[in-house]
This record gives sequence, C-alpha cells and structure tokens, in this order.
Amino acid sequence: MIGGITLAHYLTVAGILFVFGVFGIFINRKNVITILMSIELILLSVSINLVAFSAYSSDLTGQIFSLFILTVAAAEAAIGLAILVVYFRNRGSIAVEDINVMKG
Amino acid sequence: MISSGFFYLFALVTCLSGLMVISSRNPVHSVLFLILAFFNAAGLFILLNAEFLAMLLVVVYVGAVAVLFLFVVMMLDINFSELREGFQKYRPLGLVIGGILIAELIATFFEYSDMSTKLPAQQGVHNTRALGQVIYTDYIYLFQLAGLILLVAMVGAIALTLRRRSGVRRQVISEQNSRTRQETIRLAKVQSGKGAEETGQ
Repeated sequence: MIGGITLAHYLTVAGILFVFGVFGIFINRKNVITILMSIELILLSVSINLVAFSAYSSDLTGQIFSLFILTVAAAEAAIGLAILVVYFRNRGSIAVEDINVMKG
Repeated sequence: MISSGFFYLFALVTCLSGLMVISSRNPVHSVLFLILAFFNAAGLFILLNAEFLAMLLVVVYVGAVAVLFLFVVMMLDINFSELREGFQKYRPLGLVIGGILIAELIATFFEYSDMSTKLPAQQGVHNTRALGQVIYTDYIYLFQLAGLILLVAMVGAIALTLRRRSGVRRQVISEQNSRTRQETIRLAKVQSGKGAEETGQ
C-alpha cells in the first residue's frame, strides 16, 4: 500500500485540511483574522480536491476551476482585510460580537 | 518509491501546519504556518503534475495573500489574548462539528471503491501550455470575469481604506496654473522711515 499514491490519499489530505478549517472557525469565534485564515485553509483543501480529481482523470477542467478559486480567494482576502482595517479604525477593536451591530 | 515518500512528507506537514494555524496563540505564528501549509500544498500539486498551479499558489498565496495577512496582523494594535477568551468554551462544539465532518469523510473514504487508480502519465505537452490552451478557448469568458472580479476587489479595497484627512495642504495644479500676475503681485512704493504700510485693496 505504501508504494502507490492513489486519489484517495489526496482526498484524505484535503478532507483533514477542510475539517481543520471548519474546526478553526468554531474555536476562534472571537478573532476575525483567524477566521479568515481558516477560510483560506478550507479553500486550499477544495483546491487540492479539484487538482487531484483533474490529475487522476486526465481532465484539465479541475485545474482551471482551481485557478478561479485562487482568484476569488485572493479577492475575498483583500476585501475582508480592508473591511477589517476600516472597522478597526472606527471601533478600535475587531471582536466579532461587536460586528453584528449594523449601525453606521 | 521516492515520490510516495514526498507525498507523505508534504501531506504530513500540510496537515500539521493547518492544525497550528488554528491553534497557535500568536496570530503572526498562525500566518507563518499558513505560509508553510501553502508551500507544502504547492509540493502536493507538483506531485500531481500541476506545476503551473503550484507556482501560482506560491506566487499568489505566499507572495500576496499571506503577506497581506501579515501586514494586517502587525498593523492592527490588538490584544490578542483577550480575543482567545472563548477558546475553551467553544472547543466542545467545534470538536463535535469536526468529529461529525471527519466521520462522514472517513465513511466516504471506505465507500470509495476505486482505490487503485494510478496517476495517468502526462501527455507530451507541458502543463502550463495545456492549461493555456484550454483556458483561452473554452473558458475565455470565465477568465475575463476572473479579471473583472480582481479589478472590483482592488477598487473596493482601495475605496474602503482610502482616508481623506482634513487640514492637509495639497497641491492643486489647476489653481496654480490659473493664477494671473495681476492678482498675485502688488507693487508698493516704500518711503524711507515709514516702512511698507498696509494698503488693503
């Protein structure tokens, strides 16, 4: 079994990474920066899944969608961190409990 | 098999650094472990013959996103220890959710019958070239849309964080150019012993 790496091995790695990402969102409920990093972990695991499937089925479409996921993840991180910076400038804290107050 | 050894190395380091990202006390360490996870995921991509995506992961994630995170973490002056107060409180809930997820994934893993798939050999064309051929023929509109998303994100991030301060003297070039000699220079004849008197116009 140790000899050949199959598709299931890659899927296992992606699954473990996905679970870590979800777990990270739950245990770091107060820290927005760590939540954003957990989202990045989840997107990375999805990317690994897509690339593994595309490589094992000799179809490049999965890699192209992984490319788009990378694009959207970069945009999301930029916007999220910009919102975080503006929020910190206004409120002086980034505690998640305060963010649900949507007053201007 | 040297490549399976590399697979286990990359997979182990990716998973461990993923764990450290969510459990590290210092957010700077979290970002650094995130970078490590991305590097090892890039290694996994190389093992899957996806060299272009591996390089893209290193350039985009390590070069841009992780550095952005690092900037924000270091720029914001936050007491992170007080943000970790709920860490113990939420751990049981997180463990339950994570346990359910991993149980489902393990169940799927055992259901998955096609365990013996070998990685197909790469065709003669390079990964980057093949990807380009597909992306510029079949997915050209999606590709343009991705560029548009990046443009919107860039404009949005700049518009959100741009700050106009009051009381800053700026250079207004049109105002400078529209000044005439008559309204700027006044000649006064100063008589000796009196000094230049204020002759308001």
